[in-house]
Amino acid sequence: MEIAVLFFLSSGLFLGWALGANDAANVFGTAVGTRMVKFGTAALICSIFVILGATISGAGAAHTLGKLGAVNALGGSFMAAFSAAAAVYAMTKVGIPVSTSQAIVGSIIGWNLYSENVTDTNALIKIVTTWFVCPVLAAVLGASLYKLTHVVLGFAKLHLLRLDAYTRIGLVLAGAFGSYSLGANNIANVMGVFVPSSPFTEFRFMDLVTLSSVQQLFLLGAIAIAVGVFTYSKRVMLTVGGGLMPLSAVGAWVVVVSHSIVLFLFASVGLESILASNGLPTIPLVPVSSSQAVIGAVIGIGLLKGGRGIRWNVLGGIFTGWMITPIISALICFVGLYFLQNVFDQKVYQPVSFEMSEMVIERLDQEKISRAHFVDLTGQRYDSGRALMQAVGRQTSLSSKEEGKVLDFARISPLTISIDKIEHLDTEWFSGPQIQALKELSGRSYRYNWRLADALSKQSEAWKLKPKITANKLYNKGVSQRLEGLYRKFKD
Amino acid sequence: MELPKMKGLFGRSRALEVEIDHFHDKLSQSAVIFKTALAAYLKAGATEGFIERQQHLNALETEGDKLRRSIETKLYAETLIPESRGDVLGLLEASDEVHGALQGALWGFAIELPDIPEEFCEEFMELGDMAVMTVESLVLASRAFFRNIEAVLDHNHKVEFYETEADKISSKLKMAIFRSDLDLAHKLHLRTFVERIDEIADKAEDVADHLNIYAIKRSI
Repeated sequence: MEIAVLFFLSSGLFLGWALGANDAANVFGTAVGTRMVKFGTAALICSIFVILGATISGAGAAHTLGKLGAVNALGGSFMAAFSAAAAVYAMTKVGIPVSTSQAIVGSIIGWNLYSENVTDTNALIKIVTTWFVCPVLAAVLGASLYKLTHVVLGFAKLHLLRLDAYTRIGLVLAGAFGSYSLGANNIANVMGVFVPSSPFTEFRFMDLVTLSSVQQLFLLGAIAIAVGVFTYSKRVMLTVGGGLMPLSAVGAWVVVVSHSIVLFLFASVGLESILASNGLPTIPLVPVSSSQAVIGAVIGIGLLKGGRGIRWNVLGGIFTGWMITPIISALICFVGLYFLQNVFDQKVYQPVSFEMSEMVIERLDQEKISRAHFVDLTGQRYDSGRALMQAVGRQTSLSSKEEGKVLDFARISPLTISIDKIEHLDTEWFSGPQIQALKELSGRSYRYNWRLADALSKQSEAWKLKPKITANKLYNKGVSQRLEGLYRKFKD
Repeated sequence: MELPKMKGLFGRSRALEVEIDHFHDKLSQSAVIFKTALAAYLKAGATEGFIERQQHLNALETEGDKLRRSIETKLYAETLIPESRGDVLGLLEASDEVHGALQGALWGFAIELPDIPEEFCEEFMELGDMAVMTVESLVLASRAFFRNIEAVLDHNHKVEFYETEADKISSKLKMAIFRSDLDLAHKLHLRTFVERIDEIADKAEDVADHLNIYAIKRSI
């Protein structure tokens, strides 16, 4: 690997380190602060499970973040991660509780603004909504679990010492689960921006373990988190103990479990598939803030007890953090990108062009976006998503979903299906009929991504999307993810 | 990887649980022995039976001391119940003072051999009974602190009730003593013994007061 690549990744590692130093305290802070679990034990368990969570189930939440804005040059990814880390560091210094999730979303928007990319409003709304839902959900879970634990302990009548022993084991288990969820949910914050420009290739170890390029990236980020846990989290853990509200060890256990369940819900692909296959609405996979989940759970327990002892100014702090962090992060990113591009002469984004060709307008018409909207735009080319949207905006007004479709269909992304690249496809991921259909298209070139998708679905049922109902959601998602894999692989 | 350690953790907890139970047993036995010793003294003075009981109570107090030290050392050396160990320490030491008060009262009878006129015997016994009931309720409250936190308040309520009763009896008894025809030295001597027995109930109430706070702390 080139030195330059490592240099660019370093900002992601810095962000990972900051996350490890701060967020590990959410998982093990009370346990270590009250001396129920030794720091060494906590750090070891935390590191192992963060790495497992990130590598095994980190992809779900990263996907949503990628939708918000695909940072497509390593220089841009560097600055996005760097500005998020800088914002987190600065806010922590001032003493305002922050989350890496909010910081990274801010810096992606900063990158979008700089590269004249259009921010996907739907993805943004989805992410921001979960930020509000996450602490509320944690509060409800915390309160219910607290009540339940109270009832169970009332029946069990455990000896103080026995309860102590169980609580220790409970804290270690909950901490392991919490670390796994933290890794799965928050690795997207650390390494998500590097996914579209990942410098790694697939790695196989004796046919036993296969790590995709994204998994290698996540592994590296998780190791950075682990280093953060070992080098810096002890101090934070010891101070976080009684930060919000005095809690007993059992209360601490309830908080950690609620926090972990919330993070897990927003990261678990497995749960999504169970819900979808039963026709139930799915939970969006979004990186949420572990600090806010913890705060939510503590407040939930506090409210259950009548609201005494809660420090309400902490709530004010969270809201301030919510407002300020993304803005600061976006600003640092925007200014930083300017310097990186103009002073250090680095490529911070790959320009993407758009074209309203007859073919595109025809396709949009099929999608029920009438060609009447685009009559004056036929044949026009635009150097950025924003320019296209401004031109469309002068003609007509579209909903944000329709705008998204226009951007998707008009994006020029030339690709060529070459037989040697087909040979290198992961046969475990793509099915036989899918690869067969691709082979039949070998040698052909396409100007737009969707042209390949259409051609494939004509070739084979295996590439066809099913009607949009909840039960089909997962199947369609799988096909779409494979298509995106193809777009990356066969890009000219 | 944690299996042997976990077994160790449970093993250590169980051993300590047993020691704490023993500590409570000793205090509760001492209370019963105090009662029979007092009855024996009021009936026939410092007879062999009384001395035997008094020595038995001494032995129980010494064993209680040993258990208390062993429990305290283990709690701190093995960092068990880090949040509550300060409270447990306070509880054990205050309970030890109750034990000390039982022992001290009997020592007083054995050394000073007070001459208790028959007319006061019944009330002395009543006072002794009440003090013993205070201690017995305290032992229940203290056991509940370890096993069933919600019951602590119920038992503590009884401790307070019996202590008030003991105070009433002791005031009445002292009034009767000082209004009697005994000489002043005799009156003062008897008063000391009324106060020594009443002190057992007072000390038990002090522990119950602490227990109330510890129980509230643990329910958070």
